[in-house]
Amino acid sequence: MSVIGQSAPSDVADKSAPEQVVTPVIRRSGIDRTFRSVATSSGVITFVLMGLIGGFLLLKGYDALKVAGWGFLTDSEWAPDQGGKFGIAAILPFTVQIALVALVIAVPVALCTALFITEYAPRKLRRLLTAMIDLLAAVPSLIYGLWGLFYLQPRLITLSKWMANHLSWVPFFHVDDQYGTSLGIFPSSTFVAGVIVSLMVIPICTAVMREVFSQAPPGEREGAMALGGTRWGVVRDVVLPFGRGGIIGGSMLGLGRALGETIAVTLIISPAFTAKWSILDQGSNSIAALIALKFSESSTFGISALMAAGLALFIITLLVNAAASTVVSKSRSGSSTEI
Amino acid sequence: MTTTLNTTKETKIDTEERIKIREIEMVDVIVMVGSALSAFALSYFFFQILLPVSGALGFLVCWYVFFNIISTVAVWELRGAIKAKDHLARVFIWTGGLAAVVPLILVLVYVIGKGYHSLRPQFFTQDQKFVGALSESTEGGGAHAIVGTLEQVGIASLISVPLGITTAVYLNEVKGRLTKPLRMIIDAMSAVPSIVAGLFIYAAWILALGNQQSGIAGSLALAVLFLPTVTRTSEVVLRLVPGGLREASLALGGTEWRTTSRVVLPTAKSGLVTAVILGVARVIGETAPLILTVGGAFVMNANPFSGKQDALPYFVFRLIRFPQEAQVARAWTGALVLVILVLVLFVIARAIGGRGPDHISRLKKRRLKRKGLA
Repeated sequence: MSVIGQSAPSDVADKSAPEQVVTPVIRRSGIDRTFRSVATSSGVITFVLMGLIGGFLLLKGYDALKVAGWGFLTDSEWAPDQGGKFGIAAILPFTVQIALVALVIAVPVALCTALFITEYAPRKLRRLLTAMIDLLAAVPSLIYGLWGLFYLQPRLITLSKWMANHLSWVPFFHVDDQYGTSLGIFPSSTFVAGVIVSLMVIPICTAVMREVFSQAPPGEREGAMALGGTRWGVVRDVVLPFGRGGIIGGSMLGLGRALGETIAVTLIISPAFTAKWSILDQGSNSIAALIALKFSESSTFGISALMAAGLALFIITLLVNAAASTVVSKSRSGSSTEI
Repeated sequence: MTTTLNTTKETKIDTEERIKIREIEMVDVIVMVGSALSAFALSYFFFQILLPVSGALGFLVCWYVFFNIISTVAVWELRGAIKAKDHLARVFIWTGGLAAVVPLILVLVYVIGKGYHSLRPQFFTQDQKFVGALSESTEGGGAHAIVGTLEQVGIASLISVPLGITTAVYLNEVKGRLTKPLRMIIDAMSAVPSIVAGLFIYAAWILALGNQQSGIAGSLALAVLFLPTVTRTSEVVLRLVPGGLREASLALGGTEWRTTSRVVLPTAKSGLVTAVILGVARVIGETAPLILTVGGAFVMNANPFSGKQDALPYFVFRLIRFPQEAQVARAWTGALVLVILVLVLFVIARAIGGRGPDHISRLKKRRLKRKGLA
């Protein structure tokens, strides 16, 4: 893809005396030099912007972090304005729980959808389905949140109740409640929030997996077919092994998205500040939802505490996504994914 | 100079009728229909008569499970184990693939059903100035929120689109020492949770620079979210421009600026427009950053630079949590308008994205005709 005249280290020609340079001398006109510097500076602006995000959150959250110290990681209450303790020890596990519930649902569905689009679907259905998945990504999370709150939740809690009654030997599904298992304790739970968030994760995972699957080498595919393999055989022995990086990376990108999801979670959950294993009963939380809910009622110090929480979320999603893009980009040559 | 490219039409090769490999035979159809029927009977027997539970969903699940068992066993008997596994995988993948679409349809139908009751023309012309929480849901409207959203998204695009596309040009055309780290940073930036973008603008623009909550603060937060999307998708589009075109332009003595502005960007135009519109469709529904930045209002404030402003998603988010039914109905109407906006943008993006780089619009054709070129 390299273009003539671009591969050479051009800056050298401009800086030092051109007579001494042996490699191809590129004399750029004034317009070209302006063009290059404009493009470069816009790159630099983007670069700086990213640093500013972390920097400002740290700057404004520093007051709170200084007061809380290590307690910020070990305390589970959130009462910075009342002079109480505050920390993310309960909120962070809740955030992770919601994201994991979302992934448990989204990854198999996304895997099937991606395989369906690349391997199984008839040509016409393929285009339609790709458009539908793109649309799934374009619908605002607010809309999913509303739908989840009004439509899905009343229907989903019957399933919650069923799971609490029949699968209570799984620690996550065990509901310890003196009221028995009446329907009233199941709304606003980690489980419901996770199911809604899974809808927003599916398109991201599908996009990455679909791209990786479609790059599976046709030679090996045809070879497997020619050896008498069934379609599932081709998928299992060629497409899936080839796309393993994409599956892992796509899931991790989805995880990043799920961790940072705000509005849908804010609408669904009722805030809780004690970490628990059970995901089915009422009460959950997430860093993003905490910020959205507490923001309007916080004083300057409270907002500083929220900034610190935001910084924690920022760092976590950055790490997850950096790992994800490394995995994805290792699994194929050069090109990156369009999300 | 106006006709930048005349991409050669692919010469159509006369090929014989393609032989289709028939994968489905009559026996398979009979097996499937038979399994479906017997699974229905079996699940009716178990579910309705033996088990003390009921409900349409449970019945369907039961039916699905029985169908899988029966049909797999049948295929196993007829064709052997390998074919049976293939069959089972096929059923699961079809189910999973279609399952992803079901919620989308449910969501759209539900929002339309909830929202259209109070959707009146005045929703687009009035604000909530003379409306109380108890007045009819058809009174007043969301004009202030729509105006706010359009202004905020407009300003955000004005900032992000040029910056994003120039950055993409840097990444793909200019290239330099920054290319690799910059690409990583942009990947990381597209992962920034929307609420964090809002916090950043709140910390930088409102706390540090001492501004008030306003439309422009919202636009800046949206711009932070918009920038990485535009950059990444534009970069992908620019990468699709064949290198030969660039080399041809440079070989003819074109400068780099000319090559980019006259060859690369026009070739990628439809892709770039699609990328931008899809980005707008994503940003237009962002709620979380606006909670922290725009302030919210119930009356029209068309000036994004001073005073609190409302935005459509924020309008919906606030009203939906009111106990009064009329307020909730207004929120649903707002949600419907939001969905319609997103759908319209999406359809436009699809329509433009479907065109190839050699597509010549009607207007352009006329202009070319005047010059005697076409």
